[in-house]
Amino acid sequence: MKLEMKDMPGQLIAALKPISDVGGNIMAIIHQRDPAAAPGDTVDVQIMLELPETKLESLVGTLKTQGVNVVRIGEERLLIRRSVILIGHIMHTDLTDTVDRIDSSGLAEVAELGMVMPAINEPSSAKITLKSASLGEMGRAIDLLRNVATEKDLLVIEPLEGYP
Amino acid sequence: MRIAMLGFGSVGRGIAEAVSNKDLGLTITSLADSRSAVIDANGIDIRDVLQRKKETGLCGDPAITADDVIGSGVYDVLVEVTPTNADSGEPALGYITRALASGKHVVTSNKGPIALRYDALMQQAASSNVQLRYEATVCGAIPLIQALEMGLAGNTITGLHGVFNGTCNYILTRMTDEGLSYSQALLEARELGYAEADPTYDVKGIDAAIKLVILANSIWGLNVSLKDVDITGIDSLTTDALALAEELDCTIRLIGEIIPEKRVLKVSPRILSKDHPLVVRDTLNAVTVETDMAGEVTLIGRGAGSRETASAIISDILFIRDCYVERT
Repeated sequence: MKLEMKDMPGQLIAALKPISDVGGNIMAIIHQRDPAAAPGDTVDVQIMLELPETKLESLVGTLKTQGVNVVRIGEERLLIRRSVILIGHIMHTDLTDTVDRIDSSGLAEVAELGMVMPAINEPSSAKITLKSASLGEMGRAIDLLRNVATEKDLLVIEPLEGYP
Repeated sequence: MRIAMLGFGSVGRGIAEAVSNKDLGLTITSLADSRSAVIDANGIDIRDVLQRKKETGLCGDPAITADDVIGSGVYDVLVEVTPTNADSGEPALGYITRALASGKHVVTSNKGPIALRYDALMQQAASSNVQLRYEATVCGAIPLIQALEMGLAGNTITGLHGVFNGTCNYILTRMTDEGLSYSQALLEARELGYAEADPTYDVKGIDAAIKLVILANSIWGLNVSLKDVDITGIDSLTTDALALAEELDCTIRLIGEIIPEKRVLKVSPRILSKDHPLVVRDTLNAVTVETDMAGEVTLIGRGAGSRETASAIISDILFIRDCYVERT
């Protein structure tokens, strides 16, 4: 969300505290202060955060009482990305079905797919990038992909870190 | 301090050479290979034995056996460096058991007995009031057990992950660097002596899994065995998969992982950022230990080799001497 606030000491804290109070998870803050700004001018701050949808309204209300103006609220985005590599007969075990089972789970979407097929009857290799709204859902999506791969006799190579 | 040594292959010879060439205050008073043995309470002439082994293939008298060495009593520490049997642990298991029962300290590089019978052996050592040390069983020259027991004492160890098999790491390094196929890289590893004629234990992840079993049982007392480890090797990896990882600025390594809280005990090829500390080259090993106070601690070093394994064995021997023998 994009916020507008007075360029005064303590204002940023006044904007951030309500977010943590409602259980929001701040993922990034972009705070560009104009060096030419005079005391009392306003400054724009962009905050990327994770928040249960039900809490949004009360957050906006609290921010207003703190003198912080909410300029824009961005749409929900799938921010978590993870890439895994698959090895095996990826096409012949119905790649469309593999992708559908992730997409239809509601946990994650297949955002990218790159594949190398060396020769007929030889195992192919694919890189699949998933995107998801939260680490928890990403973890469950990768669990699902692992199950699909076991069923289709594909090897899944997962990243070491960043996946709980 | 007096040493009896069982096993005179490359590791045994590495130990003998270090004892002979360095002023460590150690004397080898008895020594056995698979077919002969030599016992001399005043100390064996190591150069002499090395020469004899080279010429005849025997280190001593075929009429003397490893059991005679264990029963000789002319030593303070038994160094057990015979070949590993991962299924039964024998004959090493019997050797270690007998030495402990007769009140002798034991230092071993043998993964089989430690992976199979850690609890029982440690109980036996405790009841005989002697030490059983096994630094050389995991990650060769890296002082991992010492770091976990002493250097990180007081920390809660919450997990660890690492590269535990140098052969696999070499194969993956070559597949990445030169675009070699798995079988080409394996062939090269064999020619360089990094892989056994039967590479199954290495490439299928079993060797790494045995090391995880040792760590799981010794650090956390999990009382697990090889069948409890979820194992995937590197033998079905493709050069294409490594190239796809490269597109992500990543690479693939065979990683062993223990997270007791999540019941993770796993060996599998994993995607790692190229600048990750565990992305080591060639035959190196690397382990990251996760702790509550020290945070993450990563150790990198040579995981195999004659001199490297001798380093781990000798540090165990000197530890026993300094902490248990000379104090009593």
